[in-house]
This record gives sequence, C-alpha cells and structure tokens, in this order.
Amino acid sequence: MIHSNSELVTAFSAKLLNMDRLGAEEIINNSQKNNTPLQIVEGLVVPALEEIGKGWEEGTVALAQVYMGSRICEELVDLFLPPSSSERSSQPRMAIVLLDDYHALGKMIVYATLRASGYELQDYGRLTAKELVQRVCDDSIEVVLISTLMLRSALQVKDVKTWLLAAGSQTKIIVGGAPFRFDPQLWKEVGADEMGATAGEAVTAVENSMGVVA
Amino acid sequence: MTMSSMQRVLTTLGHKEPDRVPFFLLLSMHGARELGLSIKDYFSKSEHVVEGQLRMLNKYRHDCLYPFFYTPLEVEAFGGEVLFYEDGPPNSGTPIIKKKSDILSLTVPAVTETACLVKVFETIHALKEKVGDETPIIGVVVSPFSLPVMQMGLSAYIELLYEDPGLFNKLMAVNQQFCVAWANAQLQAGATAICYFNPMASPTMIAREMYLKTGFQVDTQTLSQIQGPTAFHLASGNALPILGDLAAMGTAAVGVSCLEDISALKEGCRNKLTIIGNLNGVEMRRWTPSQAEKNVRDLIAAAADGGGFILSDNHGEIPWQVGEETLQAISNAVHKWGNYSQE
Ligand code: B12
Repeated sequence: MIHSNSELVTAFSAKLLNMDRLGAEEIINNSQKNNTPLQIVEGLVVPALEEIGKGWEEGTVALAQVYMGSRICEELVDLFLPPSSSERSSQPRMAIVLLDDYHALGKMIVYATLRASGYELQDYGRLTAKELVQRVCDDSIEVVLISTLMLRSALQVKDVKTWLLAAGSQTKIIVGGAPFRFDPQLWKEVGADEMGATAGEAVTAVENSMGVVA
Repeated sequence: MTMSSMQRVLTTLGHKEPDRVPFFLLLSMHGARELGLSIKDYFSKSEHVVEGQLRMLNKYRHDCLYPFFYTPLEVEAFGGEVLFYEDGPPNSGTPIIKKKSDILSLTVPAVTETACLVKVFETIHALKEKVGDETPIIGVVVSPFSLPVMQMGLSAYIELLYEDPGLFNKLMAVNQQFCVAWANAQLQAGATAICYFNPMASPTMIAREMYLKTGFQVDTQTLSQIQGPTAFHLASGNALPILGDLAAMGTAAVGVSCLEDISALKEGCRNKLTIIGNLNGVEMRRWTPSQAEKNVRDLIAAAADGGGFILSDNHGEIPWQVGEETLQAISNAVHKWGNYSQE
C-alpha cells in the first residue's frame, strides 16, 4: 500500500509541478496494481496537492502550478473514480460558490482539489448572498464552501451567516480566498466555521466540519 | 530644512535620507466619499477626481497625488465592460477575448482618442497646474503581462501562457504598444512617474523560471520605452525571489507585500531599488489609531534607514472600508516617527 510512501508523493508532486500529465498518469497507473482507488486518492493525490498548496503559501510554488496540478489530478482521478462511483464520498452534502465576485479561479482550484480528493459536491457558480442562502436551504446543504477575492465580497459572508441562522439552518460555512489570507481574523469576524488558506486546507476544513456535522 | 514632497521623494529614490520618511496614501475611491458621490459618479468626471485628490492631499499631508481610477479602465479602452459597486473597486466584466483566436483581431486603441483614458489625462493635467513641481503625480498602467487576466480571465491566460507561445507573443505585442503609449501620454500630461502594476510577474502567480522566459522580456522592453521613472508594483504578490531581476530591468522602485519579511526585502533592495510598502491594506480596516501608530512605527524602524523607502500600503490601493480615523492615525504616525534627524 502506498500509504506513507513519501518518496512516491514527492515524485508525483514533481510531475504535477512540471505540468507533466503523462508522467503523473504513469505513477497512478503503476500504483493501481496494489491499491484501491481510495487508497491512491488518500495516500498519493491528497498529500501531493497538500504539499503543493503549502509550497504556494510559502512562496516556493506558483499559482499556475497549483492550478494546472489540481486540474491534472481532477482528470486523472475521474478516470479511475468516476463521478458516479459509489466509492466517492458525497457526505457531507456540499456545495461551493463564488460569492458576488467575478474571480473564479480560486473556486475552480478548490473544486478540482476536492473532487481529486474523492469528494462530490455541487458547483453553484457565482451567486449573491440572498441567492446562496435560498439554494443552500432548498438543497439541504450541510457544508458550504465560499470563495471570494474582493474584500467587499468577503464581508458579505456576514449576511449569509445571519440569513442562514434566521432560516433555522445549521449549515457549516468554510471560507477562503485572498482577503482571508491577508486578514487572518476575518473568517471569525464574518461568522465562518472554518477557513482554508490553500485548496489543500479546504480538504482538511471539510474533514473537520464532517466531524461536527456527523 | 523642510523639503517639498518632490524633494523628499527624489532624495529617497537616490538612496539618501530626506527630512522625513515620504509616504504615499494610495487612495482612489476615498475621493468619492470626500465629495459625497457614488464611486461610479465620482469616476465619471475628471473634475471630481482632481477635487478628491487635492482634498485628500490637504487632509492627510502625504507626499503624492494618485490620479488612478481603476485597473479595468484599460479593458474599457479595449471595448470591455466595467462593473461598479457601491462599496468597493470596479471590476472587469465579461472578457473581451472569449476564444483564443480573438487575439488575432485585437487592435490597439488610440490612447489620446479614447474617452475613458482622456479623463485621466485631463485629471493629471489639472493636478499638475495646481501643484507644479511641489508634489509628485503618480500615473498608473497595468503591465502588458498582467492585462490579459482582465482581457481573457486568469485560467484562460495561464493556459495560453503555458500552451500557446505564438498567440501569447501576439497578445503581448498589442498590449505592449498600448502600454507604452498610455504611459507616455500620462507623462506628457504631467505625471512625474509611472506605477507599473504587474502582479503576474510575482512568484505568487508564476514560477520565476517561467517569468524569465516570458514576462521578463516583455517588461524589460516595455519599461525601456516608457519615457520617465517607473515603480514596479506587485500588488501584494511576493517579490523576494525576483528582486535582482527587477533591478536589472531599470525600474527605480518596487511595491512589496506584507506577507514577506520587511527586513529581508530591505536587504535585497538596498541601494538598488526603493521599497514602496508594505502596510496590510486588507487588515487596516480593523486597526485602532494606536495599532496604526504601532504598525507605522515598526515599519519605519525596519525599512527607513538609508532612504530607498516610501511608506505605503502593500497593494497600491487602500480599500474603501478603511476609515478616515485610521488614515489620519497613519499620517500622524509618519509625521511623528518618520523624522530622520530624530534618530
Ligand atoms: C494577480 C492580482 C491581480 C491581477 C489579476 C487579478 C484577477 N485574478 O483577476 C490584476 C492586476 C488584474 C488585479 C487587479 C485588481 N485587483 Co488584484 N490582486 C492580484 C493578487 C496579487 C493575486 C490574486 C489572484 O488572482 N490570486 C489567485 C487566486 C486563485 O488565489 P486565491 O483567491 O487567494 O485562492 C487561493 C486560496 O486563497 C484558496 N482559496 C480560494 N478560494 C477558497 C475557498 C475556500 C473555501 C478555501 C478553503 C480556500 C480557497 O485556494 C486558492 C489556491 O490555493 C492579489 C493579492 C494576493 N497576493 O493574493 C490582489 C488582490 C486580489 N487584488 C485586489 C484588488 C482590489 C484588485 C482591483 C480591484 C484593483 C483596482 N482597483 O482596480 C483590480 C480588479 C481586477 C479585476 N479583475 O477586475 C485585492 C482584493 C482585496 C480588496 N482590497 O478588496 C487583492 C487581495 C490585493 C490586496 N492585498 O488588497 N489583481
């Protein structure tokens, strides 16, 4: 089993950083002989994406590499763990949204990373705070991931929280995006339950809130 | 002897200590608040921006005028759409380059005949009439290398950059021609220097090796054709790994992020580049006056010695949500702690 094989993880993330899709695919194919799809996701893909995300936060990895890496992983994982696969975790019931903002890349990366990590979630695209609260209630969403790039959008999470509470919803809110990275206290101020500085941290945040939801 | 803002800034750019630390409060939208206008109305007339800038210069006693409207103005010049908000900076709307082949038919707007740009020239001209050579007027352009994010969207641009060098070069040629004309026309209207925004050059966005192969060439050529001093602003993207590359391009100053260590930045820039920065603009909305004073004082202690330092926020624009009290506190703190002869 590849669990805790850090050499393989490093080799795999090197392929991703070089945007070498074929090389990354070869490593996955070789691992498939001795591992189940979920073992590959948890032992190889998630740690590699986490490593890349950490590198970005520390300034050693560029965003272009984060983006291309997450896209490659999403595609590769779809090959052996198709969207309809019963092995994918559709729990908790999740959705991701760009809140009244036009900068979609952060959301795209987080979405691809969560899917490459074996989760299924709805992509709500871009919505206003009002529209989001309506959708979350209609779909009985348990965890909502909110991405923003502009400060004015980040501040609107406050409204989402207030209106969700008013509707009697217990939905957990996970936030991320540049304003939350620049002001580490902002997520608390706007009433979020978790914040992730990178897409890799989105996976951890989902795991954390699962404990709470369950 | 008390220096004029211009003398103060030129002295620090020459890596010498002026009378006190020069500081730029890079305020754009706040002018609307001064005039009691919506952000959209405020930017619809050059007279508003002139009045707003002069009032803020007087109020905050800082060292520049900033006739910057908003970066999507440049896509507006290319025929793109701008989205205005009540409580934040305008954003670019639907990309003008919807598919890669649209690049082939992209043409360079004639800067002196494009209404939205003419507003900026008028603003600069009127400000120059008022302040002459007393106060620097900072014009703004977006680098040809960063503009495509607003012309086509970031993900499509990253894919172009990595996968289609031919079309990338074509786009750079158009953007470069535009950028040079736009910068030089601002200088001609009376701007003292050009702030060249280019966060795509930052290692936050692309790896240095990739930058050296692509944007670095474009920026070097573009900067060499701008007929005045420039500051290379990374809009709060990281700078440390590329400081040497920036200095090699012949730019005078660099706008740096609060997410990097200021002492390391100071060492990397000493006698090569003037630092512009690096107060945390996003966090600033929560600062009390005493926090503002402490942050200014710490920053001056870490970065001001020997000159080569202009105190400012780290993005090149202070968010709308930052209140007047905080801005006053920053200004008071620079006037109190920024005196070089005190040390
Ligand atoms: C590159 C850049 C630009 C470029 C391109 C921007 C773009 N994407 O369109 C240019 C030069 C065009 C630009 C312009 C402007 N910019 Co700008 N820019 C940046 C910069 C340096 C990087 C932004 C970026 O695209 N990052 C890439 C994305 C993918 O990163 P991200 O959103 O942080 O996402 C990552 C994580 O945060 C996380 N994540 C994201 N979402 C989520 C969600 C969840 C749930 C989780 C867990 C994690 C997560 O995962 C992602 C990958 O790891 C930032 C500062 C910085 N250092 O971050 C400023 C910044 C975003 N810009 C800002 C502003 C204000 C502007 C302008 C409005 C300025 C103006 N007045 O014109 C314009 C508007 C442009 C437009 N599109 O209309 C501000 C926004 C905050 C604010 N003050 O309101 C920032 C934060 C700068 C600052 N420090 O204040 N900008």
